[in-house]
Amino acid sequence: MAKKAESTLVNMLLSLTVIAVVAGVALAFVNGLTEGPIAQVAKQKKADALKEVLPEYARVEVDTLESLPCYIAYDANDNKVGVAVETADENGFNGHIGIMVGFDNEGNVYGYRILETSETPGLGAKANTWFATGNTSIIGKSPSDAGFAVKKDGGQVDAISGSTITSRAFCRAINKAYNATKIGGTAE
Amino acid sequence: MKTADIIRNGLIKENPTWVLVLGMCPTLATTTSAINGLCMGLATAFVLTMSNTVISLLKSLIPDKVRIPAFIVIIAAFVTIVKMFMQAYLPSLFDSLGLFIDLIVVNCIVLGRAEAFASKNNVGQSALDGLFMGLGFTWALTLVGMVRELLGAGALFGHSLIGGADGMLMFILPPGGFICLGLLMALVNRMRR
Repeated sequence: MAKKAESTLVNMLLSLTVIAVVAGVALAFVNGLTEGPIAQVAKQKKADALKEVLPEYARVEVDTLESLPCYIAYDANDNKVGVAVETADENGFNGHIGIMVGFDNEGNVYGYRILETSETPGLGAKANTWFATGNTSIIGKSPSDAGFAVKKDGGQVDAISGSTITSRAFCRAINKAYNATKIGGTAE
Repeated sequence: MKTADIIRNGLIKENPTWVLVLGMCPTLATTTSAINGLCMGLATAFVLTMSNTVISLLKSLIPDKVRIPAFIVIIAAFVTIVKMFMQAYLPSLFDSLGLFIDLIVVNCIVLGRAEAFASKNNVGQSALDGLFMGLGFTWALTLVGMVRELLGAGALFGHSLIGGADGMLMFILPPGGFICLGLLMALVNRMRR
């Protein structure tokens, strides 16, 4: 085995600097390789979500309503078919929940998709299907009706069993999105 | 040290999970399903192999007093590389493991093997040690993940075995993780003797 480099100041500075520089260069190189695909993935994810929460559309116009990013969808004849809003609530059971929600022209919920969540698996994480299927679905309901809140708070929405906090955050986020579209004047 | 010894040490005799009991944080956090456990194990195995190799190559050039920061920089570089590739090419997996990939940097197994093995042995042996320690970690995580997924969600590698039913949720949650890990550790160590 070769003799070990001694721990002199020069040696220590030199070895750490060289290692850090080499690691930095390697990372910059890999970043260059993966930057494109990562951006592509993020774009694809957003496009998929939009397709799911909006009626068939030909093009979308990107806008900002009440500081929430939103996507106004038009069909081939340039008639508005709906609007999707990227909304969020910070008070889920595990903090931030990001949701893409789409409304039709009447302001009814057309569909939604959870974009970011760290809710508990098996409990709050069920939100991705709970509000879209069966008796507990919110599809076709409008937040303008009184009672777009969980039943515990006097509303009409069935909360996920055991996950009232997640369900409350979900309702808040949807209401926020709806109010944004109303103030923005896109949902007549 | 003989090659066969290195392999046996990593997989069974000094298995990082069952015997050394290192890296318990990712073990408990990522084994909510078999596939998560498997992928976390493989990511760690890759980092471990690469960092062991590089550290063994550089061991005579790194002064003793700064060896820990030097090791950490090397390990962090490989972890970031894994993370970027995963984010680009396996986005759905990245969604469920994302945070814990970063935590491989401070996984005691990786630094532990750098200190205990790579800084004392030659390159070939260090790479082999990294690979098989990593694979030892992988099979342990996969096993815990399989048991937890089976009991907690009634599924195995994402394929539902008891259609419609939910399984015992507790096993997906942290308490079930501790219980599974403890019982499996007892079982494996009983069989090891």
